Amino acid sequence: MTPILTTRFAARAALVAAALSLAACSQGGFGGDDAIELRGGGAGSGAASDPSSPAYFNSVVGDRVLFEVDQSTLTAAARATLDAQARWLLDNPEYSALIEGHADEQGTREYNLALGARRASAVRDYLVTQGVPDSRLRTISYGKERPLEICSEEACYRQNRRAVTVISAGPGV
Amino acid sequence: MLKSLKLLAIAAVAALVPLTASAQNGPLRLEITEGVIEPLPFALPQFIAENGAATDVAADITRVIAADLRGTGLFRQIPQDAYISSVTNFSSPVQYADWQAINAQALITGSVESRGDGTIVVRFRLFDVFSEAPLGEGLQFSGSADSWRRMAHTVADQVYERITGETGYFDTRVVFIHEEGPKNARLKRLAVMDYDGANVQFLTDSRSLVLAPRFSPQGDRIIYTSYESGTPRVYLMDVATVTSRPLEAIPAGNMTFSPRFSPDGTQVVFSLEDGGNTDIYLLDLATGTRTRLTSAPSIETAPSFSPDGSRIVFESDRSGTQQIYVMNASGGEATRISQGSGRYGTPVWSPRGDYIAFTKQEGGRFHIGVMRTNGSEERLLTSSFLDEGPTWAPNGRVIMFTRETAGANGAPAVYSVDISGRNLQRVATPGMASDPAWSPLLR
Repeated sequence: MTPILTTRFAARAALVAAALSLAACSQGGFGGDDAIELRGGGAGSGAASDPSSPAYFNSVVGDRVLFEVDQSTLTAAARATLDAQARWLLDNPEYSALIEGHADEQGTREYNLALGARRASAVRDYLVTQGVPDSRLRTISYGKERPLEICSEEACYRQNRRAVTVISAGPGV
Repeated sequence: MLKSLKLLAIAAVAALVPLTASAQNGPLRLEITEGVIEPLPFALPQFIAENGAATDVAADITRVIAADLRGTGLFRQIPQDAYISSVTNFSSPVQYADWQAINAQALITGSVESRGDGTIVVRFRLFDVFSEAPLGEGLQFSGSADSWRRMAHTVADQVYERITGETGYFDTRVVFIHEEGPKNARLKRLAVMDYDGANVQFLTDSRSLVLAPRFSPQGDRIIYTSYESGTPRVYLMDVATVTSRPLEAIPAGNMTFSPRFSPDGTQVVFSLEDGGNTDIYLLDLATGTRTRLTSAPSIETAPSFSPDGSRIVFESDRSGTQQIYVMNASGGEATRISQGSGRYGTPVWSPRGDYIAFTKQEGGRFHIGVMRTNGSEERLLTSSFLDEGPTWAPNGRVIMFTRETAGANGAPAVYSVDISGRNLQRVATPGMASDPAWSPLLR
């Protein structure tokens, strides 16, 4: 067993717990149809136990990072998640990723579209600095059009200010 | 894509024929610059049906004229049961004393005749009751019976114009986004309606998210943003045929959005995102030539031309927060005009050229406001959990916008308010609605 794998599995129990609690309140998750199906498999499914599966990526590696209000700067927690995403993408070159940028509802529609694009690009740029080929990464912004949480309070807004890395089969463009 | 629309192929209101030559203006005049606190009382007896076939449409037309005038907040309708005179013949002399007695300042009379060929003829007169004189000429319209609402709006526009001296705005349409479904999985469709919410027609199905449409200055095209290709990009729709095409070939991965027409309709200004950075570009529709107008690492979006086409107002967060700037239509240096506290976005230049409407966000509240084009005389017209996206009536006196309520069941609706901040009203749409954009006057 390589040291990298050891690290992953050591971290896994806590991450699974976190992913399960997140999944409980995030049924409205918005990715491609593929992504919803994969998430539907659940963190405890056989697929998620396979470290090379997108289900593992979504639930164990962590498919999303969160942002501060009106910001696209990556927090330390976000960078840690993206480091793990980059390692997974490098380990699994048969997959590519679409990075969805989102904003909370506290902003005007078109500005939030631009803000979502900025967030998605911040994630893409970081993954590229970690060695993931640009050709395997695409971005899209949903602005405030696809909230994950629907209350009008900060508890929801902080989950909506996100960039979600949606894995799909294929080596990219 | 939906087909078949008589939409703006609404049989044009054919002929406006003066009935008399006595074009005199009486002293009846409503000055609306500062808003009207005491609405002007008017009498509107039911339009006379010249034949049995016209009975229903005469009643309908009368009802819509009354609703148009009342809806401005500038006029008050005196109930028909208070009338002393009854008007049974369009040509009979007006009994001014009977209308003075109930304090009607304006009297509107009319008739409707149904012809066998599916057309109707509408005649109307407007009287200044206390001057005991007609206010302007009587007019006669003829058109398809299907277009009776437009004929009613045209009568109301005439009344509004003669009394206020301002151009009317009732014979107009509004393009907007119809919304369905839960907050985290909204379906959105491009739709148009009359300014008063009637005659809703859908222009797209709900397969792709669509956002922020705008009418061309001629009302014959609509420009909007759609996720149809997977990436948000700008589409141009021909209204008569309800066919649309992407505005131009954009490299994959680049998003285009926030499109608006130039005042002459030959150019489109819009935002293009590249590598996370959004700037404003201009596209000449005839030549396909694209010109970059801003080059900054910040977000530049929501552009809007001045009515003379010489300048563009837009929003940018180059200062750290969303603020409003003005630049020449050719690009170059921009001047910040928003000066208050909070964030300012979605600027829209008034068709009169005198004001810029905007969305302001401060302290967790959203406001629709107006300011002079140099940023002075800022005035907030509304306040709510989420108001955004103003659009001007073609006469620059009324603004429509989106108001969204808070919470898990929060829903958007279209509201209107006049630029004095009075007469806030919800526009009656068949469901949730957002992103209204007003057409020009259709006449």
